[in-house]
Amino acid sequence: MSKPVYDVIVIGAGSVGVPIAMSLAGKKLKVLIIDSFPSPGQGNNKKAIGGVRATHSDYGKIKISQRSIEIFSSWKEKFGDDLGWIFNGYSFPAYNKEDENKLKNLMKIQHEFGLNISWISPKEYSKLVPGICTEGLQGSTYSPDDGSCSPLLALHAFYFKSIEYGTKYNFNETVIDIKLNSNKITEVITDKGKYSCEYLVNAAGNSGKEIGEMVGLDLPIKPDCHEGAITEPVKRFFGPMVVDMRPAEGSANYYFYQNNEGQVVFCITPAPPILGTCDDSTSVFFPQVAKRMVSLYPRLANLKVRRSWRGQYPMTPDGFPIVGKIREIKNYVHTIGMCGQGFMLGPGLGELIARIIIDEKASDDDKILKSFDPYRDFSGMEAFK
Amino acid sequence: MIEYRLKKHPILPIEDFQEITFYWNKKPLKAKEGEVISSALFANGISIFGHHHKDKSAQGMFCANGQCAKCAVIANGIPVKSCMTKVKENMFVESVEGLPELPDVEEKPDISDIEEIETDVLIIGGGPAGLSAAIQLGNHNIKTLLIDDKDKLGGKLVLQTHKFFGSVEDSYAGTRGIEIGNLLANKVEENENITAWTDSIAIFVFHDKKAGILKNNVYKLVSTKVILNAAGAREKFLRFPGNTLAGIYGAGAFQTLVNRDLIRPTERLFIVGGGNVGLIAGYHALQAGIEVVGLIEALPKCGGYKVHADKLKRLGVPIYTSHTVLCANGEETVSSITITKITKDFTPIAGTEKTFACDTILIAVGLEPVNEFTAEAEKAGIPIFAAGDALEIAEASSAMFNGKISGLKVAKFLEADIEEIPHEWYEKAEILKSEPGAELPQIFPEQDKGVLPIIHCLQEIPCNPCITICPTDSIKIKDDPIMGLPNYEGECIGCGKCLTICPGLAITLVDYRKDTENPVVTVPYEVGNYAVEKGDFVKAVNIDGDILAKVKVVGKVVNKQNKTQLIRLKAPKEIAKKVVAFQVQEKSVSKPLKEPIISGLMDDDSMVCLCERVTAGEIRNLIKNGITDLNQIKAITRAGMGPCGSKTCDNLIRQIMREQRIPPNKVIKNVRRPVFVEVPLGKFADGKGGCDE
Repeated sequence: MSKPVYDVIVIGAGSVGVPIAMSLAGKKLKVLIIDSFPSPGQGNNKKAIGGVRATHSDYGKIKISQRSIEIFSSWKEKFGDDLGWIFNGYSFPAYNKEDENKLKNLMKIQHEFGLNISWISPKEYSKLVPGICTEGLQGSTYSPDDGSCSPLLALHAFYFKSIEYGTKYNFNETVIDIKLNSNKITEVITDKGKYSCEYLVNAAGNSGKEIGEMVGLDLPIKPDCHEGAITEPVKRFFGPMVVDMRPAEGSANYYFYQNNEGQVVFCITPAPPILGTCDDSTSVFFPQVAKRMVSLYPRLANLKVRRSWRGQYPMTPDGFPIVGKIREIKNYVHTIGMCGQGFMLGPGLGELIARIIIDEKASDDDKILKSFDPYRDFSGMEAFK
Repeated sequence: MIEYRLKKHPILPIEDFQEITFYWNKKPLKAKEGEVISSALFANGISIFGHHHKDKSAQGMFCANGQCAKCAVIANGIPVKSCMTKVKENMFVESVEGLPELPDVEEKPDISDIEEIETDVLIIGGGPAGLSAAIQLGNHNIKTLLIDDKDKLGGKLVLQTHKFFGSVEDSYAGTRGIEIGNLLANKVEENENITAWTDSIAIFVFHDKKAGILKNNVYKLVSTKVILNAAGAREKFLRFPGNTLAGIYGAGAFQTLVNRDLIRPTERLFIVGGGNVGLIAGYHALQAGIEVVGLIEALPKCGGYKVHADKLKRLGVPIYTSHTVLCANGEETVSSITITKITKDFTPIAGTEKTFACDTILIAVGLEPVNEFTAEAEKAGIPIFAAGDALEIAEASSAMFNGKISGLKVAKFLEADIEEIPHEWYEKAEILKSEPGAELPQIFPEQDKGVLPIIHCLQEIPCNPCITICPTDSIKIKDDPIMGLPNYEGECIGCGKCLTICPGLAITLVDYRKDTENPVVTVPYEVGNYAVEKGDFVKAVNIDGDILAKVKVVGKVVNKQNKTQLIRLKAPKEIAKKVVAFQVQEKSVSKPLKEPIISGLMDDDSMVCLCERVTAGEIRNLIKNGITDLNQIKAITRAGMGPCGSKTCDNLIRQIMREQRIPPNKVIKNVRRPVFVEVPLGKFADGKGGCDE
């Protein structure tokens, strides 16, 4: 019996894998996605907070996110599905001189890339986020072209579109081995069958490192845990995503925004990082994040928390994803180590991967890919995460 | 003016109260001090509390248990659950129209650490099972923390005005639920090893082995060696067109309004479901002077005890078996219900539709265990036990008994040298949770002189107080001392004790001593709103509620302690033994409308997720497209993302899965996440509770 042959097999039906499949299948390629979960987005997609910004510090992420924003924000008009997109912007308020300088220096780079971001006074900021603590507030960045989107709705819109384009999904199926012949993948073996493909894309999120090992690669990816939560919906009362970048005992930054439903979504970065992939919630999260949030924004105290969850950022040492083809294997592409930004990078990356695979790279694609170079020196840190 | 507060009740004491003023949408109204906002609103005839932001549908009472947010209102500017928030003097309460506004906060919030508490055993739920378990643990000197989300211990016992089944020695049979609740609560409160927290809601059991508890609105973390889940059960909802109208809620919610808060939330009630919960709710409604238009049951026979069904029938409430709801009708709130006869495979039979005017429909179609704490404790690796309905749905008498067993089990788990659990306990536990057994034909005793009890108890149920109380040992149960049917054999002295204790009100006394032609029939009675006095004529009925004759009331004895009235009727000897009671509710109450109302809504329009407004049609379409992961259905439709956290829709979605013939192993469960009940963010930031109002 002959093995099913695909143009591309994508491992992982998440924030990155699904848009990749959509882009590839849209180019008439025969695509199979394999995922261990029973349905799409059951890994970390559904844990994503939903913030989408282009205001990064490097060419690759900026370009990819800008394209993602175009895709998210124009989807409803083009295809009809509401993804919950809103242009609510991002803000990084500074509560000390040091942070102010850091942010202002970063803005210089961001302006060079043509990003719409400005410094606003505490007074202007209080209009955007009425009631926020102004004690010590130096001002804030504000980038109104950034926004937010429902990870669940976006993923499913892409999922159904990819099916419409002919993508095949094999759920409840786990890749257990990948066979190589010299520098080419010849066979993908799962717990349920064997498949051949022209290209293999690793978009396996938390399991990206394990898939890499199957083809002999040692990738510097370590998932660490973050807890997030969502509140009841209320009438819109503040505008942008608020990122409080100050460290505190037990945590680094935390951030929150009000989504299209009126619900406030929030998340905190534990410090030191909690490594591993355990999804079970701990009692630490609520008191830790609540103390910081209500101190910063007392109005939030009366807002009822509805649900919380725990997910992972598959982290690389420098905070940048690992994306692109590799020298050792001809028909393998990385899209892993998203460092918690898989959702916002996903749609843009999907198109990039499709261009790589069909060999129709755009003029600046190599420049983009430089940010995500699998062979880079990982010791540098991202200017601003 | 319609009176929305109970002014008299045959069982419950109606006490004077302090009246306070509050405002509803700027209008001043009176409330009873200490009652929750929802009851204060019902007491003023207000049953619509707002309109949903998604589809503007009217919102009102649903769970009365703090589990959903359908009853949300804005109190002093802050969105709250009206069923859990006490009304206060001059409180400014507004309806929630669309999304509520979150008020600004001027002051700096109080920030303090969360208190952490250690105990050996944490019992979640202070109902019959939790209290019984706590007593066992306390008696074995084990440090026990018992928490309950209400302001009074007793769980659902505090709502039960009827006398209990079971056996006298094991489960207080013959005593009213409310009194049992007090008895158990006192024992718990007296025990120095037990700490009992009321107004305390368990919100989650975390992975780091701590339980998060909101105690009087102050957040606490509890570390414990063992958790005992005695959190009870929740009511299942039902899918039918119009099921989202205001005025459709659970029988448990109804009992809370009537028996705890002494409110008459309805004038005309219709009940869906013939299990004990529905039957008892109907009886409680009659006790509160509420008209019960009818009760339907989909199966050919009511699942509840026959004595409960009989009580309703003979008071004048029709029970329609093999019937289902076709639709509920009304603009915002229920104005009528249309029912239809169904075949054995539940297909509606065209032409059998009947519509009844009513303002409230109670859903009593079964319970399911509150098992989320068990699942989370297991995941966290905390030894977990369960008792009562959280373990297995059964009567409260059974919950008390298996609570006792579970308490001892936990004690044994913690301290090996505790005595073995007697084998008889397990046997008894099995008996107490027995489903009703065989129904036997009634055979009247031949005796037609002297005095004798007539036992109208024809179905085997776990119940025996009549044999325990008879001073002459004249009532006996053959074979099984609890499950069997009682039989009169011996010397009756006409004391009437068996009448007063029988939970089913299924024993009468026929006394030929003064007049053999027209003996005096004594019947137990506890529906005080339909008062009868000596000299009145009443319609005597048989066990099925058929009127036998108009008979004269010749006496009335009220047992002050027990509160059951004994009504003496003079009845001709031909019918004397058949008389069980007398009809109180007029037939006209339960008359259908001339023409049935068949709404244009289809089953696909029925609401499945009330919180996020997701219909059966939307869910069915996804299932038809091969989507059987509840997490994916949630991601696409938001069903289960609302305040109740899929407590209502989960079952309804599974039901649609079954109807679409999806094998159970293909149905992927919803992942449960904290918190099980919504909590204001500020509560997590201030362990001292300074930001509490």
